[in-house]
Amino acid sequence: MMAGLLLLTGCNKPAQTPRLTADPENGGLRLPSGFAALVVAENLGHGRHIAVNDNGDIYLALEELNNGHGIAALRDTSGDGKADETVFFGDLPGTGLQVHKGYLYFAHDTCVLRYKLLPGELLPDTRPETIISGFTRQYQHASKSIAFDTLGNLYVNVGAPSNACQTADRTPGSPGMDPCPILEMYGGIWRFKDDVADQTQEKDGHRYATGLRNCVAIDWNTGVDKLYVVPHGRDQLNQFFPQYYDDNDNANLPAEEFFLLEDGDDCGWPYCYYDGQKNQKVLAPEYGGNGDSIGRCSGKKDPILAFPAHYAPNDLLFYSGDQFPEKYRNGAFIAFHGSWNRAPMVQEGFNVAFVPFQGQMPSGDWMVFADGFAGSGPVNNPGDAAHRPTGLAVGPDGSLYISDSVHGKIWRVFYP
Amino acid sequence: MKYSILQGFLVLALFSCRGNKQPSETPIAEPGKEVYTKYCLACHQTDGAGVPGMYPTLQKTDWVEGDTKRLIHLVLNGQQGEITVNGTVFKGVMPAHQYLTDEQVADVLTFIRSNFGNMAAPITPAEVSTERANVSGR
Repeated sequence: MMAGLLLLTGCNKPAQTPRLTADPENGGLRLPSGFAALVVAENLGHGRHIAVNDNGDIYLALEELNNGHGIAALRDTSGDGKADETVFFGDLPGTGLQVHKGYLYFAHDTCVLRYKLLPGELLPDTRPETIISGFTRQYQHASKSIAFDTLGNLYVNVGAPSNACQTADRTPGSPGMDPCPILEMYGGIWRFKDDVADQTQEKDGHRYATGLRNCVAIDWNTGVDKLYVVPHGRDQLNQFFPQYYDDNDNANLPAEEFFLLEDGDDCGWPYCYYDGQKNQKVLAPEYGGNGDSIGRCSGKKDPILAFPAHYAPNDLLFYSGDQFPEKYRNGAFIAFHGSWNRAPMVQEGFNVAFVPFQGQMPSGDWMVFADGFAGSGPVNNPGDAAHRPTGLAVGPDGSLYISDSVHGKIWRVFYP
Repeated sequence: MKYSILQGFLVLALFSCRGNKQPSETPIAEPGKEVYTKYCLACHQTDGAGVPGMYPTLQKTDWVEGDTKRLIHLVLNGQQGEITVNGTVFKGVMPAHQYLTDEQVADVLTFIRSNFGNMAAPITPAEVSTERANVSGR
C-alpha cells in the first residue's frame, strides 16, 4: 500500500532537484557559488524562446525549420534532467513560445498560433488555432515575442523594420522621417485577447506602448502585475554620423534599456536613445542631435535600469520559482545574445544577467548570473561565439532553463 | 607651471574635439580598405566573416569571387530577404550604396576580392560605371 502510494506520487510529480547531477564544468557555464547546471539537450537547431510545461516537458522554438519543423519537444523520462525523448512538430519557424491556460502559444514572424496541450502527451494537438494573423513580412526585427497578463490579454512585440527611421535606412547622414511613419504599425507593443481566434493587428490590436525599436525580451511580472521589456537599442552611430561619434563611442552607445511599461507609454525610438554614461535620453543624430542635445527627448519614458550597449537582450524572465535563494525570488533574468555592432572593438555580452527586485523596481545593480556561453577568450566576431543565450524559462521545480541560438543547446540551472 | 599650461591646452584641445570628432589619423595604405572600414566593417566584421544569421561572410564565396556584375549590383542596390551564402541562410538587410563613387565601389570590391582568403581579379571604376548606368536605365 505504502509502496503503491509512493509509486503514484513518483509518477505524477516532476523530476526532483535532489536527483539532478551537475555536468562536468556545469556544461561550460560559470555560475554563482552554490548553483549547478546540466545540459538537457543540444543540436536541436537554431534555438529561440523556450517554454516548460508544469509536468516538466520542454518546448523550444526554432529560428529555421529543422527537418521541416519549427518546434522541438523534449521529455526527461528517467528523472536525471537529460532529455530522453525528442520530437519535432509545427510547420513554421518562430520565436515567441509560452505555455498558457493549457495551450502552447507560438509566434511566427507573421502570426501567433496556439497548440492544445494533451494530458500526459509530449506532443500537443498538432493542428494549431490561429490567434493573430497578418503581421507584415519584415526584413528587419521580424520576430514576434509574446507575454500574457492575468486578465486575459496577450502582448506582442512588433519590432521596427528599420534601424533609426532614416529616410534612406542605414545610410550615412540620411535624416530621420519626422514624424516617423513606422510607429503607426511597428516599433511598439500591441495588446490582444489571449483566447480569441483570428485577430489582426489592424482590427483588434491596441498599441499599448510605442517608441520601442524591437523588444525580443518581454515578460509580465505576475508578482506586481506589470509588463516589462528590454528592447534592442539602435546601431551604427559612428558609421552614419562620424562627425559626432568615433568607434569607441559607438561601442558604448546607446545603453540597452529595461522598461516597466504602462498603457500609453512612449519610450522614445527613433527620436532618442539612452546614454548610459550620462544617464539620460539624448536626441538621435537623425533628428538633429549631436551626442549631447536632448530636445524633444525630455518627456520620453526613462528606463528603470540601463545595461551596456549592444548586448542584444533576447529574453526576459521574472523568476517565479522557489528553488533559488531568497535574493532571486521575483527578480529578473535577462538572456543577452551578445553584440555584433561593437566592431572593430571586441564583442561582448554573451551572458545571462540577473537584476534583484523589490516590488516593481530593481533593488540593486545588475550582475552577470551565467557566463561562458561564448567559450574561452575574447569574441572578436560574433561567429566565434560557441553558444549564444537566447531564451529563458522556469521549470515546475524552480530550475532555470536557458536556450542557445548557435547549436540549439539547452542548459538547466539548479541550486542543489 | 609650464605643465599646467600645457595641460590646459590639452583640455581645450579635447573639448574642441567634442561634437566634431576627426576620423582616425592612422594611415591606410589601400583605399579599398578605407572604404571597407567606413561602410562595410560594422556588419561584415573586421575579418569579413559577417554575423551568423544576419550578415553573410565575404570569405571564399562565389558571391564575392564570382560574377562581377552581380557583385556590383549588390553593392549599388543592396538586397533584402533571405540570401544563401556558402550553404548558410542570412536574413539581414544590405542597404543600397548608390552614394559611393565608381572609384570607391571599385576600390572596396577589389579589396574584398583580394582579401579574406579570396583571390579574384580587380574591378575597375569603368565596370562600376557601366553597371550603374544599367541600373538607372531599367
